[in-house]
Amino acid sequence: MSFSSKLLITFLVCGGGVSLLRILPFLILKKFCLPKWMVEFLQFVPIVIMTTLWFGSLFTARQGHLPKVDWQYLTATLPTLLMAYFTKSLMWIVVTGVASVALFRFF
Amino acid sequence: MNNVLDAKTGVKDTLPTVLGYVGIGTAFGIIAHTNGFSPLETFVMSLLVYTASGEFALVGMLPAGSSLFSIFAATNLLSARMLLMTMTLAPKFNDEKLIKNLWLGSLVTDETFALAITKLNYTKGKLSYEWLNAANLVAYAAWCLSSLLGALIGNVITDTKALGLDYAVVAMFLGLLYLQLITDQSVKIELQLVMIGVTMLLTYLGLIFLPSSMATIVVTVVACLVGMVIEYVFFK
Repeated sequence: MSFSSKLLITFLVCGGGVSLLRILPFLILKKFCLPKWMVEFLQFVPIVIMTTLWFGSLFTARQGHLPKVDWQYLTATLPTLLMAYFTKSLMWIVVTGVASVALFRFF
Repeated sequence: MNNVLDAKTGVKDTLPTVLGYVGIGTAFGIIAHTNGFSPLETFVMSLLVYTASGEFALVGMLPAGSSLFSIFAATNLLSARMLLMTMTLAPKFNDEKLIKNLWLGSLVTDETFALAITKLNYTKGKLSYEWLNAANLVAYAAWCLSSLLGALIGNVITDTKALGLDYAVVAMFLGLLYLQLITDQSVKIELQLVMIGVTMLLTYLGLIFLPSSMATIVVTVVACLVGMVIEYVFFK
């Protein structure tokens, strides 16, 4: 199995960039404290990221056109949320979501 | 989830995300195989680059002859939200040694970030090196091994969709969003609900008007700015 140096360099350069994005705040915030406005900004990051990663997955983007909705994913929201409400257990939530989509595809 | 922050609990708390990694990782491995990457190449890519969305872009762009610069730009734009995530997490680990912090930071993912944020609501705002490190390592192993698995079975199975595993990661973010909403005391629930609505709207608009590599980071930054304004005008 061949492994070209071009490939390895691409992996290292891309991975290096991504790692830097991940560790930079740990480097900087060790020395400095965040200004108040930054704290106010960052308090929204968790809820915004979780919302956009979930909601964005329900669509296929077609730039310049309306996004195409995935009806199976959208419908699976209901049983998944119901399970979240009743169990509050992430494992049950994920299993229910996966089982729902598998069932939709089976029928 | 509970308030225990040892390594064993870290592994246990992360198990629900493994299904998501297996679903996306095998799908990724199959696509890498289709685009001409060997199992070894796919495995090393996951070990070194370690970002699902960026790697999907990479296996599409490299065989198409894109330049190193444009591949670098795409993978890093797709992962730019990491900067905001670790910025949120870093202050929780200020008492740890720098080298431990850098190790933790270099393996943070969407999933372990979201888990950590949810965990904070059960631990009165505390996290530990042991807990996050265990969560990160479970996630890292799950992603690398399932992308290898996908690359290995790529010529036998071309479609993993029948099992519904592709939905695992979507269900996980939906579940974590719900848990965050009902447990987080730091932001008022009314404001959180407004922010979910704002983010859904901006995400939809982003899908129409933004290139896919930039959508997540632009939507995140704009939504947080909108949140600051809404909080200032209506919640103070």
